[in-house]
Amino acid sequence: MMDFIISNLLTLILFTPLLAVLVLILLPGEQKSLLRWTAFVLSLIPLLLSLVLWFEFDPNQAGFQFQYKLVWYSALNSSYHVGVDGISLSMVLLTTLLTPLAILASFTIEDRVKVYMALFFLLELGMLGVFLSLDLLLFFVFWEFGLVPMYFLINQWGSEKGEREVWGGAKMPARVYASFKFMVYTMAGSLGLLLAIQMIGGVAGTFDILELYQRWTSLNQPLFGIQIGAVKSIAFWAFAIAFAIKVPVWPFHTWLPDAHTEAPTAGSMILAGVLLKLGAYGFLRLVLPLYPYESKFFAGALAFLAVMAIIFGALAAYGQDDFKRLVAYSSVNHMGFVVLGIAAAAFAADTLDANIALSGAVLQMFNHGLSAAGMFFLVGVIYERTHTRNLNEMGGLFPLIPVYGGILIFTSMASLGLPGLNGFVSEFLVVRGSWPIFTLYTALAMIGLFFTGAYILKGIKQVLHGPLNEHWIGHVSEINARELMVIVPLMVLILAIGVWPSWILGVINNAAAALLAGL
Amino acid sequence: MQFPILSFIVFMPAVAGMLLLLIPADRKTEIRMAALAAGAFALILSIWVYFSYDVAAAGYQFIERYDWLPALGISYHVGVDGLSTPLVLLTGVVMFTGVLISWGIDDRPREFFAFLFILATGVFGVFVALDLFMLFFFYEIAVFPMYLLIAIWGWKVTREYAAMKLTLYLFIGSVVALVGALAMYFTSGLGTFDMLALENAGFSPEFQRLWFPFVFFGFAVLGGIFPFHNWSPDGHVAAPTAVSMFHAGVLMKLGAFAALRVGIMLLPEGAKFHMPWIILLTLVNVVYGAFIASVQSDFKYVIGFSSVSHMGLVSMGFATLNKEGMLGAGIQMFSHGVMTALFFAVVGMVYDQAHTREIPKLGGFRKVMPLVALAFIVGGLVSMGMPGFSGFIAEFPIFVGLWNAVPSHLFANYAWIAILAVLSIVITASYIIRIISKVFFGEIPEEFAGHVHDVNVLDKVALVFLSAILIIIGVYPDIMVPMVEQGVNNVLRLLGGA
Amino acid sequence: MTLTASMFLPILPEILLLLLAELVLVLDVSLPKAQRRNLGWVTAAGAGLIILISLAAMPGPGSSPEWGGMIRHDWMSFTFKMLFIFGAGITALFAMDYKRLVERGDFFALLLISTVGMAFMASAADLIMLYLAIETTSIPLYVLAGFFTDDKKSSEAGFKYLLFGAMTSAIMLYGFSLLYGFSGTTDLAMIAQSLTAEMSVPMIGSLLLVLVGFGFKVSAVPFHFWAPDVYEGSPTPVAGFLSTASKAAGFAVLVRFMLTVFPQMTEAWAPILASLAVATMTLGNLVALAQKNIKRLLAYSSIAHAGYVLIGVVAMASPDPEAAQLGVTSTIFYLVAYLVTNLAAFGIIAAFGRQAGSDDYTAYYGMSRRSPYLALAMMVAFLSLAGMPPFGGFVGKVFLFAAAIKANLIWLAVVGVLNSIVGLYYYLTILKYVFLYPSANPEEPLPINASNRLALIVLTVGIVVIGVIFGPWFGLAATAAAAIF
Repeated sequence: MMDFIISNLLTLILFTPLLAVLVLILLPGEQKSLLRWTAFVLSLIPLLLSLVLWFEFDPNQAGFQFQYKLVWYSALNSSYHVGVDGISLSMVLLTTLLTPLAILASFTIEDRVKVYMALFFLLELGMLGVFLSLDLLLFFVFWEFGLVPMYFLINQWGSEKGEREVWGGAKMPARVYASFKFMVYTMAGSLGLLLAIQMIGGVAGTFDILELYQRWTSLNQPLFGIQIGAVKSIAFWAFAIAFAIKVPVWPFHTWLPDAHTEAPTAGSMILAGVLLKLGAYGFLRLVLPLYPYESKFFAGALAFLAVMAIIFGALAAYGQDDFKRLVAYSSVNHMGFVVLGIAAAAFAADTLDANIALSGAVLQMFNHGLSAAGMFFLVGVIYERTHTRNLNEMGGLFPLIPVYGGILIFTSMASLGLPGLNGFVSEFLVVRGSWPIFTLYTALAMIGLFFTGAYILKGIKQVLHGPLNEHWIGHVSEINARELMVIVPLMVLILAIGVWPSWILGVINNAAAALLAGL
Repeated sequence: MQFPILSFIVFMPAVAGMLLLLIPADRKTEIRMAALAAGAFALILSIWVYFSYDVAAAGYQFIERYDWLPALGISYHVGVDGLSTPLVLLTGVVMFTGVLISWGIDDRPREFFAFLFILATGVFGVFVALDLFMLFFFYEIAVFPMYLLIAIWGWKVTREYAAMKLTLYLFIGSVVALVGALAMYFTSGLGTFDMLALENAGFSPEFQRLWFPFVFFGFAVLGGIFPFHNWSPDGHVAAPTAVSMFHAGVLMKLGAFAALRVGIMLLPEGAKFHMPWIILLTLVNVVYGAFIASVQSDFKYVIGFSSVSHMGLVSMGFATLNKEGMLGAGIQMFSHGVMTALFFAVVGMVYDQAHTREIPKLGGFRKVMPLVALAFIVGGLVSMGMPGFSGFIAEFPIFVGLWNAVPSHLFANYAWIAILAVLSIVITASYIIRIISKVFFGEIPEEFAGHVHDVNVLDKVALVFLSAILIIIGVYPDIMVPMVEQGVNNVLRLLGGA
Repeated sequence: MTLTASMFLPILPEILLLLLAELVLVLDVSLPKAQRRNLGWVTAAGAGLIILISLAAMPGPGSSPEWGGMIRHDWMSFTFKMLFIFGAGITALFAMDYKRLVERGDFFALLLISTVGMAFMASAADLIMLYLAIETTSIPLYVLAGFFTDDKKSSEAGFKYLLFGAMTSAIMLYGFSLLYGFSGTTDLAMIAQSLTAEMSVPMIGSLLLVLVGFGFKVSAVPFHFWAPDVYEGSPTPVAGFLSTASKAAGFAVLVRFMLTVFPQMTEAWAPILASLAVATMTLGNLVALAQKNIKRLLAYSSIAHAGYVLIGVVAMASPDPEAAQLGVTSTIFYLVAYLVTNLAAFGIIAAFGRQAGSDDYTAYYGMSRRSPYLALAMMVAFLSLAGMPPFGGFVGKVFLFAAAIKANLIWLAVVGVLNSIVGLYYYLTILKYVFLYPSANPEEPLPINASNRLALIVLTVGIVVIGVIFGPWFGLAATAAAAIF
């Protein structure tokens, strides 16, 4: 039994969510409570399995572990090939951890619980698939597939208020607008990726990522009557733009505030917690190893965009009156550090600084997953009580809800990068690694960090401090036990990484070193 | 001697149609039951053919050959290869589901099903024909019931115009192709219409270059190739639901398939010479079709133009003349057939309840017909080439084929075609999403409240069945891909490559 | 010259037809008026019997001159004879529905005598015999066309037919006399031998004069003017007979005459006939588009069909013997398919028109609701006319176009193709009225007589059989064609 689980661990992790969907379909639709608890319990299975994976994983062994390969699309020489290294392992853990928490956070959903939960599992399937795939075609399959459940989650369970005017003067509900924008923006962004994948697969005759690492990079004949360098540069940008949209890197970020704001709380948690990481993961798994030369060549440009994301993300967040929008822009800001670290690592792959920057970037992905999910959840908690997200209408709530207030401050501080909490560790590593490589950009990013403090403090002040809005007395209740169950694990991890980061950093660092060694 | 399964599958629908005509016209329930039985039988037969086709052995299988008119070398010669077997299955699927969702037809159901079955016989006949004359024979049989089916049971506003337009277009196409086929017959000097013999006729390159456009475009009219696609949206819209399903689902494949079988396979040199510019037409099909679809306000027109766009991908795949492209085209024929049958079924169900197809007037249908909404979403995802569904499995290799296409005398590479064609995916996504959110989500308009109801169980069976096929192929492509690959290898052999 | 029994074998069908005609006349006198209708059964059954008996008189291979070279006994003539007798029998069945036709038995007698004439047309190998045969065919037909003496339109039809017929046969006779003058013989084969290879103006003149007569019989443009008026005015079964058997007889003569008398002059007559074919097809189809009366529509459509058949006749002029033979074969095959199809079309119109009392398009609205089976038969017939499989018309057209392409007349095939598209349009339009439009009196049933039912079943099955199992029919046509080469 255990042997079977170990040898098929990745497949089990990947497809347990699908099993959960089938189970949910068979349950009666009216029994909401049953559906919720079943979904929650089922979502714990992938988490348990990935914990098994975590402990079975050998951090000192280079390369991909737990590989499994099965022919999938024979004519195109594409196979179901999965495997993990330290980077994907941490992402898998993040995904399987956040999904149960998001489901737990969704217990207040009353409308079509069954479909809602099923969509969550499909979303988990898509995300895990991306992290586990070692086949380019399979990667794309899961990459695109994840969009669908997210679209419906925003479109159907998103916030019910708000209208957006589209061109032509017609009005549509904001969530419809946001979900449409999310879908089309991301799909359009993936078109280049799709074309490039087709081209690479067609030219190389395989879609296996490990084989492509060799074949594609060693290609030096002209293609399509064009210099190979030009072809590769174009393909590099096709990849980079698709992933940059997902991250999102300034100036491709405009879908994000809308989607985050309109999504249901749990959707935002997953969106910020995991979905954005897909883009960064794409850079790590595909862009850097497949285009080492181009990555180095264009790293400066990427770093520039990252710094822009850090600064503008922070400024934009500061300018928001909508609490959820504020948190949404903070994601742009934080993910900027991830990209900065990646760009730095790509530019000087053979240095120790690169290793530090890259490890920092991966850890930042993990950390942002924790803190952003927490922040969105906390926004959701307050929204459920006040039914507004307008910061100006809140104020002085600390005395009413002291526990919530404490948690909010704690999570905000993690986001801000307070030493002792996780955000500090990863941002420090990124800055430390990037400084010798991109000194100017890093310096500018530090200025961005200053604004980060500003908007975080603004959020805390507007919600918790200042004069109490009398209106809320009697309406706003304290955070309840179920909600605590959601936030406490996140807080524990935030603290754990902040105090003793090496348990996870060890895994990440080895993988980062292996990745850089391959360039 | 083995059981003549292909002959059986070809003539069974026509015989069933004739027998239906013997039932008294007023016994409608019995007529429907009988039609359903025939449809189910055809489906079972086609599934049987599909799964007993020996992929490892490749080549033409289940061959039957009888002399029809030996004096002119006309024979009744049937057999299926890896390309036609999925299409036989497709026809069985669409026939069965077409009967299921036509339960509500109350005006002369007997004649309706009889004509539909004669149409099915024609379609089956073309897919299995290995004789050029026989192919034409069944091709025409497939065309003419269409007229009556659309004109009698179609949408009142445009049916006469659309039916006539469609029939004339297709007839013109087929006779143009016929002239080309007769030229092949006489020039070969073999005195036979047998396509297996004509494959090796060794036509001179000049001859092939001259006649390829006749044959290819003659058939490709039915495949909806630009600029001869004009009949198709009108025809789709005017046709009753089951006929739209048949029409877009199967008949358009008939054109593409015949263009491949007769045009590319018998005149490979001609194909090599002309395809580089034909690929431009298919590009227009793909992008322009998608664009026009996105600006329609009539639900059925959207689907009609989307068919033009998707069939353009089929022609484009063929036009690459390489393995990946044709493989994709072969799968796309099947995938699009099932998908568009699903679409038209959904449109019909919505229309039956709402009595309008104006997208702005519809809304909230998810609430009354959740399964229909789900089926449309599945079809929509296939349509936009979403991975995990059959559309992706089909479209992806077509694009790979474009990247791999060998330089021709016109273009050094086809990368720019791929780059332009891929735009259709995002256009498609935008209109599909628009329909999903407008028609199925949101609130039900007041005038419909209480009037619209869920579909019946037969409709649901049809929808689930079609959706399941789309998902199965998307998840497990190797259930179909190796078979199509065998068929493509045969084409490549004739093209002199691989 | 002594008479032997074997000498009568070649004219056995004609003799039997005459006997049948006399039997009909005798019965006509002896039967009470109310029962004369049954003479139709007698005629039809007699025709069937004659076909069966005549099988004993099947010719051998090749073509043998009989009766002093007056006629030829070969598969060509035999095939056509059987066709005419079949047509006559079917026409008799259709006529039974018309009280005013069948209350006088001489209708059937005239029909049969006309058929005798046609039979001789198919076999005539001598100018005099040919002329006699043509007149024997025509004169009873003039009478039949104007059979409703109290109906102005019918009388007009008969008279018009007579005038046109007389005039064109006079012109043709002039042509015959010229031919006789050049060659000094009336035997067709010997005329050919004595004509010089070079073309001369008088020769072409006589060719043109003869073509006028044949053109009239097959109603080729520009000798078609009579057809619509005559078809419209004459009793519908007669119109059907005129448009099928009579036309086929004209083609039988045309094919034999051209091949026997003018084999050296193909360069002269092939272009003429080709232009006739184009004009006939195109004009017939285009004018048919504008018709509002279904009989006139069928009249123009039958003109157009004459044009299609002319394609085969033109192909027969090809220097390539295979192409020429395929030309004749396809001509005969098409005529077989066309005769069965067009008889069905006219039969349906006869049956329906008598019930509805009108031949206007509007009368056909919603016919399928009143009589689904008649509508189905009509669909079969009209689609066969339009050239759709699995019906005879499709195969026939394919063979005609194949012959044209084989003879390197691709342009002619293309013209034919374009024309068949126009044809498809108006046939489909009629079917649209039948199946789609609401009827003014939808519930009123349409009783179909037993005789009509029998005839229509035979014809409909025949159309499908010719279209699907075309091997035997093609074999027959090929044998017939081989006989005259």
